[in-house]
Amino acid sequence: MSSDTAVSTNANTPREGAFYRALVIRRQLILAALTMALCLSLCVDLALGPARYGLGEVVTALFMPDNVSQSVRVVLWEIRMPVALMALVVGASLSIAGAQMQTILSNPLASPFTLGISAGASFGAALALAFGVSLVPAAVDYIIPINAFVMAMLTAGAIHLLSMRRGVTIETIVLLGIAMVFIFNSLMALIQFFASQQAVSAVVFWTMGSLTKATWPKLWIAVGVLAVILPLLARRGWALTAMRLGDAKAESLGVNPRALRLEVLVLVSLLAAISVAFVGTIGFIGLVGPHIARLLLGEDQRFFLPGSALCGALILSVGSVLSKIILPGTIIPIGIITSLVGIPFFLFLVLNHKKASW
Amino acid sequence: MVTLTLDCLSAHYGRSQILSEITTPTFAGGQIVSLLGPNAAGKSTLFRRILGLLKGSGEVRIEGATSERPVAYMPQETGSTAVLTVYESVLLARMQGRSLKVQPDDLHEVDRSLEDLGIASLGERDISDLSGGQRQLVSAAQALVQAPEILLLDEPTSALDLHRQINLLDILRRLAREREMLIIASLHDIGHALRFTDQAMVLENGQLVACGTTEQVVTPALLRQVFQVDARIEPCSRGRPQLIVEAAV
Repeated sequence: MSSDTAVSTNANTPREGAFYRALVIRRQLILAALTMALCLSLCVDLALGPARYGLGEVVTALFMPDNVSQSVRVVLWEIRMPVALMALVVGASLSIAGAQMQTILSNPLASPFTLGISAGASFGAALALAFGVSLVPAAVDYIIPINAFVMAMLTAGAIHLLSMRRGVTIETIVLLGIAMVFIFNSLMALIQFFASQQAVSAVVFWTMGSLTKATWPKLWIAVGVLAVILPLLARRGWALTAMRLGDAKAESLGVNPRALRLEVLVLVSLLAAISVAFVGTIGFIGLVGPHIARLLLGEDQRFFLPGSALCGALILSVGSVLSKIILPGTIIPIGIITSLVGIPFFLFLVLNHKKASW
Repeated sequence: MVTLTLDCLSAHYGRSQILSEITTPTFAGGQIVSLLGPNAAGKSTLFRRILGLLKGSGEVRIEGATSERPVAYMPQETGSTAVLTVYESVLLARMQGRSLKVQPDDLHEVDRSLEDLGIASLGERDISDLSGGQRQLVSAAQALVQAPEILLLDEPTSALDLHRQINLLDILRRLAREREMLIIASLHDIGHALRFTDQAMVLENGQLVACGTTEQVVTPALLRQVFQVDARIEPCSRGRPQLIVEAAV
């Protein structure tokens, strides 16, 4: 018998989970480091803007708001905080959605946008921006996000129902998603063909993604959705991890892959839809956040899920910082920044990592 | 001690009947039963039907089980690109249906399964880096770690070299005896069935054509009828029955 399968009288053999315990501690430390980086990024994001503050001033305003001037308090808490926190929440939501799409579809290219959820949302928003069409009665301020949300969920619902006719297989879901993307891209082109020049500009700007539309009420809605969905996904942690072993193995372990796929599809569609509805299209996070988390933490969902959330939040928060400092005085749409800066960083990580992550 | 009886068991894929009224005597814990048959005879389907993954008429009767999930199943080997270590992938099999918190008992059971199969030294390796044979042993560990009373193994030796085939079947026979576990393994090597299994079931076109002690069931006549080979069975110098295949019919 070769050394790799020798009966474990070997002195180097791990005993009673020693190796596993060390692995768990290492991953907890990585999660802690990501959390600290996220806090730092949040403070820097808050400090930057037309008026720049020191980090000490930001920390004071956060924890002892009475010790800073009224103007600083208003700028930080009323203007910058919803935007900075929205970056964290949307980043976490999109990254979690991407992580679970990649998990249930066993596809490294899957993201909330693979299924046409973003394309559907963009179409809904474009209807409002170009023609003032409201899919459901809503306050004027909310027509665009509600249209986007409704179309995103209708897209997810259509994929859900159609895939059930073919046994909820990975191939069916991916192909339906691709079909949805093409359908909505064509419809978007049609809208842009008929819309005014001004409306087309508005549509294009919306599809670039921007955090500047964030407000406290929108933030609380996004936080609420994330707070409900995160525990639901965490509860299925072992089953979701088993999905990466393939349907046959997952079934043998007592998991129902089809039912779980449908359940997760609904949950991640909600996460993606609410994010896209409030900030527009930010496609990069849902693809790359999970890949970075996977490189750092593996695919045990107990670490991969929070890791994906933290990586997504961190990427978008850093993106928000960069969007303010690349061209002083101008806030570049966040979707452009995350792609321009994030993709080279992601390629660096993947190409320099000693093992393939997929 | 756990027992398993199949009573008029049938299974369908759509409108096609894959298994037809399989009825067996009662198999008791402590034994290894080989499930034999040519390709597409319905062996994997029978496992899936026993596990409840397929619907159909008839009854799978399990008596004397002491756990909630007495049956574990090792499907035919499939590769995975998951970023998991071997240790994590075995722990994962143990933890299905349990809380997210891993208890010391769970780690003990993972260690024991890896050690039982002689693959403890693979624990830190990524599952995507393993050879086909190593993956198959890890898959067996994933089934064993569930502490099953009935273990269903679908071609557990198909990717192993001869040494590891013999080694694995020896280990399984020992574990079956020690833990009073009933093991049913589909095997393509009739010689292994003769050497390592106490009883044999033979499937052909979804029907059970023979069932009993392996030596009674595996005969030249059956080999000719079901497997279309001319073969004889003779005792070797140690007295064990040995299969000698002359030619395909």
